Amino acid sequence: MHNFAFHRPTSVADAAKAIGAASDGKFVAGGQTLLPTLRQRLAQPSDMIDLSAIAELKGIKVEGDGITIGAGTTHSEVANSADVQKTIPALAHLASLIGDHQVRQRGTIGGSIANNDPAADYPAAALGLGATVKTNKREIKADDFFKGMFETALEEGEIIVSLHFPKPEKAGYEKFRQPASRFALVGVFVAKTKSGVRVAVTGAGPGVFRSKELEAALGGNFSADAAKGVKISANGLNGDLHGSPEYRASLVSTLAGRAAAGAK
Amino acid sequence: MPEGTGSATGIGASVKRKEDFRFLTGRGTYTDDINRPGQTYAYILRSPHASADIAKIDTAKAKAAPGVVTILTGADYDKGGLPCGWQIHSKDGSPMAEPPHFPLCKDKVRHVGDQVALVIAETYAQARDAAELIDVTYQETKPIISLADADKPGQPQVWPDAKNNTCFDWHIGDKAAVDAAFAKAAHVTKIDIVNQRLIPNAMEPRAAIGDFDRATGEFTLYTTSQNPHVIRLLMGAFVLQIPESKLRVVAPDVGGGFGSKIFHYAEEALVTWAAGKVERPIKWTSDRSEAFLTDAHGRDQINHAELAMDKDGKFLALRVATKANMGAYLSTFAPCVPTYLSATLLAGVYSTPAIYGEVKAIFTNTAVVDAYRGAGRPETTYLLERLVEKAARETGIDRVEIRRKNFIPKDAFPYQTPVALQYDSGDYFSTLDMALKNADWAGFEKRKAEAKGRGKLRGIGISTYLEACGIAPSAVVGSLGARAGLYETGQIRVHPTGSVTVFTGTHSHGQGHETTFAQLVSEGLGIPIENIEVSHGDTNKIPFGMGTYGSRSLAVGGSAIVKAMDKIITKSKRIAAHLMEASVADVEFKNGVFTVVGTDKSVPFGTVALTAYVPHNYPITELEPGLEETAFYDPLNFTFPGGCHICEVEIDPDTGTVEVVNFTAVDDIGRVINPMIAEGQIHGGVAQGIGQALLEAAAYDEESGQLLTGSYMDYCMPRADNIPNINVGNHVTLCTHNPLGAKGVGEVGAIGSPPAVINAVLDALLPLGVKDIAMPATPHKVWQAIQTAKKAAE
Repeated sequence: MHNFAFHRPTSVADAAKAIGAASDGKFVAGGQTLLPTLRQRLAQPSDMIDLSAIAELKGIKVEGDGITIGAGTTHSEVANSADVQKTIPALAHLASLIGDHQVRQRGTIGGSIANNDPAADYPAAALGLGATVKTNKREIKADDFFKGMFETALEEGEIIVSLHFPKPEKAGYEKFRQPASRFALVGVFVAKTKSGVRVAVTGAGPGVFRSKELEAALGGNFSADAAKGVKISANGLNGDLHGSPEYRASLVSTLAGRAAAGAK
Repeated sequence: MPEGTGSATGIGASVKRKEDFRFLTGRGTYTDDINRPGQTYAYILRSPHASADIAKIDTAKAKAAPGVVTILTGADYDKGGLPCGWQIHSKDGSPMAEPPHFPLCKDKVRHVGDQVALVIAETYAQARDAAELIDVTYQETKPIISLADADKPGQPQVWPDAKNNTCFDWHIGDKAAVDAAFAKAAHVTKIDIVNQRLIPNAMEPRAAIGDFDRATGEFTLYTTSQNPHVIRLLMGAFVLQIPESKLRVVAPDVGGGFGSKIFHYAEEALVTWAAGKVERPIKWTSDRSEAFLTDAHGRDQINHAELAMDKDGKFLALRVATKANMGAYLSTFAPCVPTYLSATLLAGVYSTPAIYGEVKAIFTNTAVVDAYRGAGRPETTYLLERLVEKAARETGIDRVEIRRKNFIPKDAFPYQTPVALQYDSGDYFSTLDMALKNADWAGFEKRKAEAKGRGKLRGIGISTYLEACGIAPSAVVGSLGARAGLYETGQIRVHPTGSVTVFTGTHSHGQGHETTFAQLVSEGLGIPIENIEVSHGDTNKIPFGMGTYGSRSLAVGGSAIVKAMDKIITKSKRIAAHLMEASVADVEFKNGVFTVVGTDKSVPFGTVALTAYVPHNYPITELEPGLEETAFYDPLNFTFPGGCHICEVEIDPDTGTVEVVNFTAVDDIGRVINPMIAEGQIHGGVAQGIGQALLEAAAYDEESGQLLTGSYMDYCMPRADNIPNINVGNHVTLCTHNPLGAKGVGEVGAIGSPPAVINAVLDALLPLGVKDIAMPATPHKVWQAIQTAKKAAE
């Protein structure tokens, strides 16, 4: 990789200052996306600001109508947290499916959400549960946060501090893995929430999205059969070596049904 | 050679591998671990285009970059091209097109990854930084990527001398006999098969260190090779014109090869050539992205086959037309893979009396294609076993019975096939029956019904196969176009105090020869296995050998060791006779001790060894001192291991996911030296076969020629959870023509398995009306096949 200046602030305020001062700075949390990018010389930041020493970004707290998870919390911590398992078991299950054992020790929920990879798992949970993203500047609802492929509502230098997930009546997540990368070819998060059924789909399109048709079908009958009967349009869905848009469309309804059937 | 005395360290014992101590504790010495004093580092600038003219290369800025020692391009390269080791002639007798293959491109680049410039600097990072400053002006031209289209008129031509991108157009067999049989056939089954391109992915990427000693004028190449002597010969004689007496090639520990490390690669020649220019060692290490782009790829054949049968399903004739991708250049053994390693196997285990095969070798703007685990035999086995399976479905004859009724009878050996090869021994009936039993073929319907209850489609598939390996009888392959001999060498040096070093021209890169060859010698000379060292990989130490590939190391290399042992024992008996004051004819050797028949006189091997080197009480006027013997063994024939693989799968019809739930292999590999190692070879081979059947495929973009599967994000390697526990069985018919009776086991796992897996997938999908599917049968492909069949049924 190319050379860069390295900073390790211990507060969010210092991190914000450091990125403001850099000519072309990048935050790094778990580094699970950024470091491979740097090694392949696909990016050349002037400064790297390491967020892993900031205490304000850590911690899991049951509070309010659900659970708040610090942006710097690793996937492994979420998967193994007794609080998450008790409050929103589908969220712990999703975290346990991310990457592999090594990735889960390093990757963070804040990094995943900020990066918004079209095949990432957490955006499906955030959108599916109607989470709130708390940054060092404001609070952003999930419905307003995810803008498209690798694009979010975050402004330059804005730092995610935590995510708050309201506890659903029940929820489930089903992930169909792209056989090579084992990323989600399609991942569907289904939740029965206070404001109705929410169905969030990752991997199938250019970014995470909600499926109105599946929300309507499962809203009426929260079962595998109700979902299977919904024909999802292939329009606008991703097509590549690993699956056509039609295949992804079919997986969306299959996985939604399985997520509903297994919802806890 | 003794049968195996039941000793815990002799033939037939599952001795734990000696190599594993260093491999498992990180103490292996791989090429990249070696560092030479004053070492510099090489980085190769590679073409981003599949086809382009090089108009200009400007290295001025790059040469001025920090740490740069020199930068060399095709214009600086003044030596020979990389040679091809096998010449094929076309049907009309003309020799194959043999375009030049320079290690640095001179005027054109012909595939993404082709070598454009060699940057040598004090550190790897400096070399890489400098490469970014090289300014290359390319004029892109349209590449030809599709194997199916490349020989059609009007396509871009990779080489001016290879019209319609055709390297050769070869055939084998008896066309007239085949045509006559088809005319009389009661039924003809046809099939079109694609055997997809694979990327080998040995765990250790390639590396090479070139060194030149100004004081002595000697060159040294350290390289990740399966055959150091072959590299020394090819590079020394044909590329750099260095006499072998001044060129040492060392292959230290090598982390897997599967064929991809047989060939003489550009990087080996470049670091050696450049070391002579800069007079400092130069180290090059591939990264994984480079390996994807530039390691020789495997397979990549398109086949059309037709099988003629009589009314009872007896095979009358087979004809096959094949297109085989060579890539942009001819790699070292590429022409022989689809011809002499594929088409000569078209009889398989069957008694088909008439066979005709045609093979067109085609150039495309892709990476070179050459031997990869099985090298031609998986392609043929897949073709045959898919064709026979289809024939069974079409005629309504039971899939097992149609095979059984066409097997070569047990008493028909030696069996001359219609495609050059003569099989020495084999018993396909026994391996079939054993596999059927081990796999509980009879109980399948019950398991299928139970799976249905869980919403899964269960299928079972079979493959009965053999292959030709133990490569090879030199005169035979020479008459077929090989430019090398394929004997092997074994040298046994007994040391004065009784320990032994075995020098072998084979080169273990995962096969465990340091253990198995030591077992052979421990048994043969009756000495403790701890006293035996097996040395391989250094051309300065070892007589000329051809290396490890083609499942040859035990059959050919082991046989050479046996022959050398015979010579050791012959000489030792004379020494022992002298010590015991007996006649040689009365001396027996058993369990490491020489005795005189009918007496209680004895002398142990250790005493004989010491005596040979301290020849005081010694027949000095009749016998030279010393105890070391060399044997070169040229095999009399190929060897023919084979057997039966049975695979069971469960398919999720909604997602198309295929799970392998059972895999049974029963193989006849002749004499087994170390059952644990043999079983490990089957495991690995089957894993690669499942990889080909369900997961792996190299793909190039047909417009741009970019490698779409350039990393593990898109190229799907099998992981542990893709492979079930494999039920490995064994049935032995000895090879009749080598002293060990060994047939070889390195490749059979990868050869027999893919058709068993795909036949199982098709069996599971048969009720849905699916009749065909291509490898890899990914979830996407399976789902698509189901949808297509559903639509056709509407």
